[in-house]
Amino acid sequence: MASSLIADPTSSSHNLYSFSPSDQTASDIRQHSFYPYTDNGGSTLGITGNDFAILAGDTRSTSGYSINSRYAPKVYRIGGEDETGEGAHIVLSLVGYAADGTALQERLNTVVKMYKYQHGKRMTVKACAQRLATILYSKRFFPYYVQAILAGLDEDGRGALYSYDPVGSYEREQCRAAGAAASLIMPFLDNQVNFKNQYMPGSGEGHDLHAKQAEPLPRQEVERLVKDAFTSATERHIEVGDGLQMLIVTAKGVEETFYPLKRD
Amino acid sequence: MPGFDFSNHNRNAALHAQGVPLPKATSTGTTIVGCIFDGGVVIAADTRATSGPIVADKNCEKLHYIAPQIWCAGAGTAADTEFTTALISSNLELHSLSTGRKPRVVTVMTMLKQHLFRYQGYIGAYLVVAGVDPTGVGLFTVHAHGSTDKLPYVTMGSGSLAAMAVFETQWKQKLTREEAIKLTSDAIQAGIFNDLGSGSNVDVCVITKDMTTMMRNYIKPNQREQKQKSYKFPRGTTAVLNEKIITKEEISKYVTVQELSSDDDVVVVEKMDIDQ
Repeated sequence: MASSLIADPTSSSHNLYSFSPSDQTASDIRQHSFYPYTDNGGSTLGITGNDFAILAGDTRSTSGYSINSRYAPKVYRIGGEDETGEGAHIVLSLVGYAADGTALQERLNTVVKMYKYQHGKRMTVKACAQRLATILYSKRFFPYYVQAILAGLDEDGRGALYSYDPVGSYEREQCRAAGAAASLIMPFLDNQVNFKNQYMPGSGEGHDLHAKQAEPLPRQEVERLVKDAFTSATERHIEVGDGLQMLIVTAKGVEETFYPLKRD
Repeated sequence: MPGFDFSNHNRNAALHAQGVPLPKATSTGTTIVGCIFDGGVVIAADTRATSGPIVADKNCEKLHYIAPQIWCAGAGTAADTEFTTALISSNLELHSLSTGRKPRVVTVMTMLKQHLFRYQGYIGAYLVVAGVDPTGVGLFTVHAHGSTDKLPYVTMGSGSLAAMAVFETQWKQKLTREEAIKLTSDAIQAGIFNDLGSGSNVDVCVITKDMTTMMRNYIKPNQREQKQKSYKFPRGTTAVLNEKIITKEEISKYVTVQELSSDDDVVVVEKMDIDQ
């Protein structure tokens, strides 16, 4: 037992006894901190087709082990005529820090509307995508803490989808998952949308086997994939659930669907 | 040597100092509750096990056997709740054999708290102990640091606040067996739906003077519906880089080969005494 009275030789030599004058200056210095971000969980996903683009997101908002809301949309209409988003032709999903999500959505929405008022024509998805990257990068050292996906129809009427990192690096893609369950959903999309790791049966031997070529999927098929992706993510990720909201952009405009998910 | 093996401690401390993170343990993020009623006690638990934000097990068992009339619900580190209850169950059996008496709930509670206190909270087991013994009905909570409580209704785990909210609004003195089952399962469901660490099904265990009734998956409020699509791949989708065929004659050199006429013609080569 005596050994426990001898101070640890690795610790500093002073302050061996509780009554010895302690390092006063060290205890006077206190580091204050403020962290402006929180993670509100949830997941989003976007897939494009020949003449449509789908953006989807669950409607749960969390903080820690608590549910803030069971219906807090993460997918927004951009460039609509009023607050309902009627007449919009671009959709945007923002997942990560919810407060930055709403702020960024409002900002981009204003920009797209101003463009229309000033130029008398709709902003193209390509231009909107570049503008969003600029907005994100303008806050390079105090970023919007979000992963963004922008979707719509391009100049040829084909589905267009752009994905972003929080500071504005972006690229056009066929499909993308973002948010808490992105690492669960993205490999599923690689396999089911781009047919990764799938070969044409009987097309050759060993290394000569031909890979299955990716081709744009019909809308109904994509909607089924989105639902299965979210019901599966709900099963295995605690921050995903409550509801699935989908915004579908076609030449006719933006359609919205809602589908309930498990609430546990 | 009994007890834990600490021989990797120095190596792991050095690794940790170099910035290697600790491996993530499976935690039963959990809602567990207990409630006494006229003539017995009921305990209940959810069935979700998590590892960070990922669901590790959708239907795990958190109600542990201690003795025929004493059961234990566990929250915290999954391995700790499992091994601690198994150890105390084993020691209790030996104790009751040597004393020739039925085990008591206070004995279990005392053994648990002494074991957990010795490890200063490093054994992350948070337990609800319940049972009926010759002295009557017992219901306790045991925290990882060794403190205990004796109360008519208890909750533990990350969903304890959601569950306690149900008890504090609905609990009354002198509940019937049915009322107690309803109250505890409602408390667990409050945890399942309002706490992200809890989910899936409700397990219930009712203990009375005469018998113990374990009701595994008593309520299943979170059944997954059918998927929209079938994900069956056509044969040949996966690339085969090489193939080797081992004939029946070749394999016969090493093992006994027996021909089966159909699928349901199962052959038992060696019968074990547990086979019925």
